[in-house]
Amino acid sequence: MSAATPSKSGPLLTMRGLHIEATGFDGHPIIIVDGIDLDLERGQVLGLIGESGAGKSTIALAAMGYTRGGARITGGDIVFDGRNVLEMPYHQRRKLRGDRISYVAQSAAASFNPAKTLMHQIIEAPVLHGVMSAEEASQRAVDLFHRLKVPDPDTFGRRYPHQVSGGQLQRAMTAMAMVCEPDVLILDEPTTALDVTTQIEVLAAVRDVMREFGTAGLYITHDLAVVAQISDRIMVLRDGRTVEVGETQQILEAPRETYTRDLVAARRFHVKAGEGGSETPQALLEARGIDAGYGSVKVLKGVDVAVHPRETVAVVGESGSGKSTLARVVTGLLPPTRGQVLFQGEALPPALGQRSREQLRRIQMIYQMPDVALNPRHRVYDTLARPLQFYHGLRGKELREEVNRLLDDIELGGDYAQRFPGELSGGQKQRVCIARALAARPDVVICDEPTSALDQLVAESILELLQRLQDERGLAYLFITHDLGLVKAIADRVVVMKSGEVVQQGPKAEVFSPPAHPYTELLLASVPEMRVDWLDDVLETRAGQELAER
Amino acid sequence: MILSLVAKRLALGVLTLWLVSLLIFAITEILPGDVATAILGQAATPETVAAIRNQLGLNEPAWWRYLQWLTGAIQGDFGISLANQRPVAPQILGRLENTLFLASVAAVIAVPLAISLGLIAAIKQHSLLDRTISLTTLASISVPEFFIAYLLIFFLAVQAGWFPSMARFDADMGFLEQLGVIVLPALTLVLVVLAHMMRMTRATVLNVMAQPFVEMAELKGVPKWRIVVQHALPNALAPIINVVALNLAYLVVGVIVVEVVFVYPGLGQFMVDAVARRDIPTVQACGLIFAAVYVTLNMLADIGAILANPRLRHPR
Repeated sequence: MSAATPSKSGPLLTMRGLHIEATGFDGHPIIIVDGIDLDLERGQVLGLIGESGAGKSTIALAAMGYTRGGARITGGDIVFDGRNVLEMPYHQRRKLRGDRISYVAQSAAASFNPAKTLMHQIIEAPVLHGVMSAEEASQRAVDLFHRLKVPDPDTFGRRYPHQVSGGQLQRAMTAMAMVCEPDVLILDEPTTALDVTTQIEVLAAVRDVMREFGTAGLYITHDLAVVAQISDRIMVLRDGRTVEVGETQQILEAPRETYTRDLVAARRFHVKAGEGGSETPQALLEARGIDAGYGSVKVLKGVDVAVHPRETVAVVGESGSGKSTLARVVTGLLPPTRGQVLFQGEALPPALGQRSREQLRRIQMIYQMPDVALNPRHRVYDTLARPLQFYHGLRGKELREEVNRLLDDIELGGDYAQRFPGELSGGQKQRVCIARALAARPDVVICDEPTSALDQLVAESILELLQRLQDERGLAYLFITHDLGLVKAIADRVVVMKSGEVVQQGPKAEVFSPPAHPYTELLLASVPEMRVDWLDDVLETRAGQELAER
Repeated sequence: MILSLVAKRLALGVLTLWLVSLLIFAITEILPGDVATAILGQAATPETVAAIRNQLGLNEPAWWRYLQWLTGAIQGDFGISLANQRPVAPQILGRLENTLFLASVAAVIAVPLAISLGLIAAIKQHSLLDRTISLTTLASISVPEFFIAYLLIFFLAVQAGWFPSMARFDADMGFLEQLGVIVLPALTLVLVVLAHMMRMTRATVLNVMAQPFVEMAELKGVPKWRIVVQHALPNALAPIINVVALNLAYLVVGVIVVEVVFVYPGLGQFMVDAVARRDIPTVQACGLIFAAVYVTLNMLADIGAILANPRLRHPR
């Protein structure tokens, strides 16, 4: 609390020439943060934006005198409230943490101890730091639950982390961070793991609480549109260096650096021009009246989806809507309890094991996490050669040539054949996954969120690649995603799913043009827009709608 | 949900015990040699052998003898010893008490010590203390138990003369006197089981320490020892419980070598003697008791691991 605050004027937090290094596997130092200067005024929010590896989290955590495993601060000064954090002994730094500066992590589910109640964990810091008694802290927590609009705020704290939803858990973590009324709140991608509709609510709740208590913040994200809603200033980072710092408005509307301009532009994809695909009467792939689930849990209820040659069908919906389960049914990983999957009008056997090699070949899949979708012990060559041998019986020189051709096709080149996945970047791994799918020469490729684990600019290049391959090879895509911005850019037809049912489907223009289905409308309105007052507008519109409904 | 899981484990335990009883009976049945001939030794004539076989019921079919043996065993009647014609159960009971006494003393020392050392090693990871603890426990697990026993006898009994080298144990002794007698065998057992439990505690706690919620606790300013005890340990319980149960079972079932070295009148030595004397009812009874201890401890560990899981304890 602010009882011991020596000065009320001057910046709250300053960093000068901050250097942070880690030691690589080969023993050489790796520079993570390379001479950062940062200023944070009281009550202000500074957005830290950049791609993964830019050093955003490392910089923010350094404000608490903390570095993650193996990294160390090798130079510079960090002054918090007139005191140099780096010169503090460990027990003083510890006093700072959770009291004056606190942290909200990306994954609330992983950041709560599963064996303790929420309240136990929320009041741990204030009681431990001697700021307040357990009763006072519990009362404050309940008060924060009210402000953060948590359901059943009075009893919420008695629950265990696995008993509440992701959005609620994120709010509980905000309450945990705010309970000591810190001077600085570090928010590390707090809404990235949430659905778009939940993201708005959590974002608004966090912003309101911070404004109310006059809390300053470091808001870390890779999503410029999100950070624009909450930040006064934005700092663009790349490879541990500052690219540009400025007022939020200026960064969005008049970015000075090319890199910032690219980031701003990344959200505005090259929208697919014509309605691709051919509306042949015969669908290439069709799922009819699918019911499916896991054990007694029903996930899909009467789902009908059709994919025609050369078209991209986007399946959108929030987490839990059954998108990925649909993909599992189509590929045969999960046999449906009712309904069937047809390929060119012929029913496919429901289970993977009963499908012929030819049937398997024609439907391929690209996964969300390229990191885990590749065998880390197989070289790129082995990964690509396997489907070529299995489906087409290639061997020897022919096989090598075909692998090289595939690598050229995904814009990597034959040099990459002898690499292991560990030697590739995230984008390159996803390209290898795409090549593996292509090796079978499929008709339909099921893409399960293929870009959501990638940084914006990398994601964009992957989408361009998929687009080109579709044009060249006449592929059809069943594209699963939660990102409506993406759907607008790449889809020919759209299937909107909610709780295992298809809410609406049709050509993109039809689905997205008013009057859309209310749920589609809600999803559309929840996509953050690249302007400062977007969140206020959305909240205002919703409040107005609620009034009108009463 | 949790009740049905626990009930399932209990049922599985009973099933396992029943299978073990079948196995024990079948193995003693196919042992080479004839019991009647063995008892009579030199005096075996075809007539006396036939008489003994009749008297022991060996002419009945095997399944019938199994049923009789099992129903008896369930009621605590393990039949008559072939060696001395006295009931088996009372003889075993005394030996079992001795074995359990030694095992409990070793467990009371070893379990808390192993877990504390594991936690200390985890808190001070990579420190000199951590390395010392890891190295010594590794050394003690690598040396055969009889060798540890002889080392202890050599240094603490022969050279220093602090403790007796032979555990002349008697039920009529006072408690403290009993403790004094079993110091060396108990110490041997502690050294044998310590490393396994300690290393498992250290490894699982360190594994949990890599979780984001541990970083979160650190960023809340929670001190290291409290992070380990409050946040890491409760989430590392299941594997620790399992390894503790395995070692407790070893303390009861696997101490035969230590009993022999210290001439301790435990159940293990009793069983070995019975095997030598071809005293089938005693061997069967000992086997069944050892199996029951093993199965029960592992079943308790399974149930403990289920109860340690907050998702099962507090369903949605």
